[in-house]
Amino acid sequence: MRTIACVVIGAGHAGLAMSRRLTEHGIDHVVLERGEVAHSWKTERWDSLRLLTPNWQSRLPGYGYDGNDPDGFRTMPELIRFLDSYARVIDAPVKTHTRVTSVEHADPGYRIQTDDGEWHCHTLVLATGACNVALVPACAEGVPQGIETLTPMEYRKPNQLPPGGVLVVGASATGIQLAQEIHLSGRPVTLSAGEHIRAPRLYRGKDTQWWMDATGLFDQRYNEVEDIVRARSLPSMQLVGTPERRTLDLNALRAIGVKLVGRLAMIRDGRALFSGSLANQCALADLKMGRLLDGFDTWAREQGIDDQLPPPERLPPTEVGATPALELDLTRGEIRTILWATGYRPDYSWLNVPVLDRKGRLRHDGGVTPAPGLYVMGLQFLRRRKSAFIDGAADDAADLSTHLKAHVDGAAPPLPQRGRGPG
Amino acid sequence: MSAELKSANNGVNVEALLAARKALSEAPEAAKFTWRASCKWIKGTHSNTVIKDFFGLGGEQKHRTQFSYDADHPDVFASEDNGPTPVEYVLVGLASCLTAGIAAVAQNRGIQLRSVQATLEGAMDIQGILGVDPDVRNGFDGIKVKYDIDADASPAEIKALVAQSQKRSAVFDIITNPTNVTVEVN
Repeated sequence: MRTIACVVIGAGHAGLAMSRRLTEHGIDHVVLERGEVAHSWKTERWDSLRLLTPNWQSRLPGYGYDGNDPDGFRTMPELIRFLDSYARVIDAPVKTHTRVTSVEHADPGYRIQTDDGEWHCHTLVLATGACNVALVPACAEGVPQGIETLTPMEYRKPNQLPPGGVLVVGASATGIQLAQEIHLSGRPVTLSAGEHIRAPRLYRGKDTQWWMDATGLFDQRYNEVEDIVRARSLPSMQLVGTPERRTLDLNALRAIGVKLVGRLAMIRDGRALFSGSLANQCALADLKMGRLLDGFDTWAREQGIDDQLPPPERLPPTEVGATPALELDLTRGEIRTILWATGYRPDYSWLNVPVLDRKGRLRHDGGVTPAPGLYVMGLQFLRRRKSAFIDGAADDAADLSTHLKAHVDGAAPPLPQRGRGPG
Repeated sequence: MSAELKSANNGVNVEALLAARKALSEAPEAAKFTWRASCKWIKGTHSNTVIKDFFGLGGEQKHRTQFSYDADHPDVFASEDNGPTPVEYVLVGLASCLTAGIAAVAQNRGIQLRSVQATLEGAMDIQGILGVDPDVRNGFDGIKVKYDIDADASPAEIKALVAQSQKRSAVFDIITNPTNVTVEVN
């Protein structure tokens, strides 16, 4: 058994950012990685995927974008090269092909079993990501025989699917991107949309991500929002990263012939039943987007840059038609495939430390779990609105590594709580 | 984007609701409620339904008083019109649920309501219930709700109240989503 001050599990952007901060603190550590650097990005994403965040917005500690297309969006091979090169530049002590099979309390610290030996550490950082398991709703049990079902983790490209209609369930970033790609491949798509977050790619000539960053929304702290449970469970913004910087929303999908239906409520006797609440879900998303853009405009006025930008604009309301279909017969042959774009969850099946709540979520206060010396990185709104983004890792790693250092030194001071205001 | 704290009084005890929300998130068993009604046939299409007790917060609960509802069908159905039709009670349920929600959300957001008026229409092709055409459903083709709201708020804030009320409404959910119904005979 090897003993070390700190183990980081996962060599994605969060684990690497933490590794860099630990090195700065002079904390002896190792990063255990089940595959290779950026493993999930390499093995669990579809071919056409590009990051939702522009190139400039990947400011890792001691590293960032230095190419000539700051407003572009990385393809997966580009992202993998970026993270590989970051791991080299910071000389991260990554042990690849080392899968953690269990984590237990040891006194003091934690004992970690891997498929390549055992580690004992005083502190532990979970940087295993928020999207380890694709969620599939319970009603999937009712899908009739003969229909192919898959999740975005298994999906690679449209021609992997049989010819014929596809029901895409879920209208967050993943759902709308795949609905478009699959529909354009000649497989007619029906898109089932529940709660979703609408946003234009560009607003007044600037990327929505730029606005979120500049106005301070991304820096908003987890203890500054009214309902953090809700903030942490919001679906991703409807955005796509394309060279044309196009907006992709339900109106755009409807315009190419995608059929919109409400949230999938139930599959009964081979028939998919959809909620009649689609109009309200779209109204909620339109109103929410309006408030977001109002906030951007207010900020631009306050900053005195209003006249340097194109004038404010509003997108047309989402059109759902007078009578969205309430059911779809899955036995008729019209639908051949169902794609569950219904979200992801982290996998903690190997974590034998009692830090999960009754719904299986990790209990933590801004990344500090109730188990002394055990930290988590990279979850949605962990410490800031940007926490789950690549760009969010730097600040979170700075805060948490400072806490971790104090724990190693025998004192854990309170974390800094205030950030920039929300604009 | 700073939030200005406004005070409003719509007669909704939001503090109590928020306290209940917090308490129930820590004790989810207490959040399990059962609502009850008992119905007695009178004559023809006329029936009377009584509401008096329910289960919730871990125990039996009682309304302050017993409520009684007559339902019937109008003259055009060759009935005696002793009360609203059952489908009209569905509209009562939806209207009162959404309206209560609007008041609660407005209170929580510090918006003073002056008047809230809803009109509802449920369109129905009765060839369904009469069994004339098997392709026509029994229930509503759709329900249209229109709100006229006078409040200390912008039009966008008023729309957001109404949208949020639908999002949190039990009856809106019951109507827009399928529900398993089991009917047994003793």
